[in-house]
Amino acid sequence: MANEKELALLKEFAPQIEHTNLIQAVWMFFLAAVVGLGFYALYVQIAEGHEVTGMRDNVVWGIYIVNFIFFMGVSYAGALISGTLHLFRAEWRKPINRIAEYITIIALLIGPCYILLCIGRLDRLQYLVLYGRIQSPITWDVIAISTDLFGCFIFLYLAVLRDIAAIRDFQAIRIPKWKRKLYTWLALGYTGTTEQRERLHRATDVMAAMVIAIAVIVYSVLAWIFSVTLQPGWHSTIFGPYFVIAAVFSGCGVMIVVMWLFRKLYHLEKYITRKHFVNVGVLMLILAALFGYFTFSDYLTKWYGSERNDELLISLLFDEYYWLFILSNYVGVLLPMVVVGIKRLRTINNITISAVIVVLALWVNRYLIVVPTLESPYLPIQDSRPEWLFYSSTWVEWALTAAGIAFFALAFTIASKFIPIINVSEMADSSTLEDEEILT
Amino acid sequence: MKEESDNNHKKSSRRNFLKKSLVAGAGVVATGGLVEAYLDTRAAETGDKVKVLTTDGKIVEVDKAHIKYPRVSREESREGIPGKKFVMVIDLARCKNARACVEKCQEGHYLPKSQEFMKVYLLQDNDYTAPYWFPKPCYHCDNPLCVSVCPVGATYKRSDGIVLIDTDRCIGCKFCITGCPYSTRVFAWRHYEEYDEDTQPYSPEASSPGVEGTVSKCDFCPDLIRVGKLPYCVSSCPMGVIYFGDLDEDVVTNGTETYQFSKLIRDRAGFRYLEVLGTRPSVYYLPPVERQFPVDRGFDGLDEEVKKRYESTPYAKKQRR
Repeated sequence: MANEKELALLKEFAPQIEHTNLIQAVWMFFLAAVVGLGFYALYVQIAEGHEVTGMRDNVVWGIYIVNFIFFMGVSYAGALISGTLHLFRAEWRKPINRIAEYITIIALLIGPCYILLCIGRLDRLQYLVLYGRIQSPITWDVIAISTDLFGCFIFLYLAVLRDIAAIRDFQAIRIPKWKRKLYTWLALGYTGTTEQRERLHRATDVMAAMVIAIAVIVYSVLAWIFSVTLQPGWHSTIFGPYFVIAAVFSGCGVMIVVMWLFRKLYHLEKYITRKHFVNVGVLMLILAALFGYFTFSDYLTKWYGSERNDELLISLLFDEYYWLFILSNYVGVLLPMVVVGIKRLRTINNITISAVIVVLALWVNRYLIVVPTLESPYLPIQDSRPEWLFYSSTWVEWALTAAGIAFFALAFTIASKFIPIINVSEMADSSTLEDEEILT
Repeated sequence: MKEESDNNHKKSSRRNFLKKSLVAGAGVVATGGLVEAYLDTRAAETGDKVKVLTTDGKIVEVDKAHIKYPRVSREESREGIPGKKFVMVIDLARCKNARACVEKCQEGHYLPKSQEFMKVYLLQDNDYTAPYWFPKPCYHCDNPLCVSVCPVGATYKRSDGIVLIDTDRCIGCKFCITGCPYSTRVFAWRHYEEYDEDTQPYSPEASSPGVEGTVSKCDFCPDLIRVGKLPYCVSSCPMGVIYFGDLDEDVVTNGTETYQFSKLIRDRAGFRYLEVLGTRPSVYYLPPVERQFPVDRGFDGLDEEVKKRYESTPYAKKQRR
């Protein structure tokens, strides 16, 4: 049975679960409309062919694949923050680990959709299983992502189980009958006996470790899709770990932004404090340093050895893409280090602003990995339509990108109205003494 | 049925080539018991007779319009022509960007004007070396990355060295396009009307065009090879730039001249492009020495649109200055 502290906490979150106010309804309608626009763009792409995108024979992958890498990376935030901090029993994670888990699962639902958008014949998708060849990194990816999705789903489910049971037991909450039935069904008969608690705890430990390992594999496989090819900008041994670091880095950025938004919207100032922003900020600082180091190593070796095609790529990056390169690989690395590194600048708002820049910078970083490389192949792009030389994305691609972001926000809003955005049960576990450790 | 555009003097040497190297293994147009399979007598006679070899070794004359090229089944098209290892040699000294190979290939494969399997580059290795025209088909590599990365086995390497694509199998993930370091592969970004022209049943080996949302590329024209003909690019080139043949029999021909492959490569210092990548292409180049034309001749008679494509080349930029 849910204890008193749990019920007291639940009472606080009950209004979010019980009803949706007008602003929230309008907000959700707006997001749904953006997702709808995305579906229209998808319809156009399927009806008229991939010609409606900016992709052509040279740049065959555009911002779809950038979004794919981006969302997959973001999904790593939960695996790291929730999984690692759970294993290390870091008490301060308790108010924010639900946010981390939601990020993981929602981003993981969106990411793979983008790779589907790159596929010319969606009607033949079943061939990936029917005729799958294990030699192909795409097959590795199919296996890795489906394992990841499955693993993360179990992990999330274990993490929300106690809260679902608590809501089921919370008689005062005013929810329709079907909803209560749903909670009862989802709670799987969990009543909080000692044996159940122990089992749940052990299972969560195992899944936390698994999810971290699987996420490393998924992200490495994703990087290998690029690095196993002979393309000058991609054929790099550093790509596996580089992508893993970039993923956690972007995940931390998104984590901070989401924390800030929910803190403001749901008035969670009491639970999500400066301590959480600083702690995740410090993680972000470490990752910024690592990311900067990997980026530097990669481009240094390309530039110093100056093989002809590497040279072409570098000159393209520093010419055509100069400002984007500066934003992604200088500003995005140095800003979080300065903001979090200097104590005086370490405010909630400053950390959030730097996190927004980090998220943007990492999206651009992936763009700079994908597009300029395809624009500078071994054989110069010639005997081709001049308008095919450079990639520029079309409204269809942007509409689908916006739809992904909108779906992320929409799914988050809905999820937060179904199960409290703060892990009520884990918070209730701690004593008053521990509360201080968690919050300040 | 495909149009045969060669003039007569070429035909005789091609038949020599046919006898020498291809008859043994290929399903050559046959009469006798197999008449129904390879002859379609419903077509109006042109009066133009062609001599063909039957399976029992007799040479018979049939009307050109009556020859039906066999479509090879999917399974067969995965195997390759037994006992063959095809090879191409491109003589850079002779190329003047006449673009017959590009156009004939497009026509033969029912490609729209915006898709080419054969491309002609204007390369110049550095400021002091000479510029040259560089025709580039698919290299049909012996270590093809495009084949390794294909998740569904839609593109495959055959025993005769040809790398083919089964556009009925391709899911259009484009991984092979990024895998190919020679930018050889093209994607069907939409449905092209030209694709509808080929009404015969599909076979990966036939010169069928692509399908919307799939990848296609130069296929070394295996349907033509099977009936003892040379690929479109080889037979159409007015300069005889491109030689095609069999590595095992050590012979290549451009339709008029036939050479011993190993000797040609040895005497003329043949090389493979970007050997350093380890893809082991089946296409060799002869260096652009003692050239028959100045490089500028390659711009003669080009469409404005085609001319524009070369505007960003280092050579064209230098000329403008």
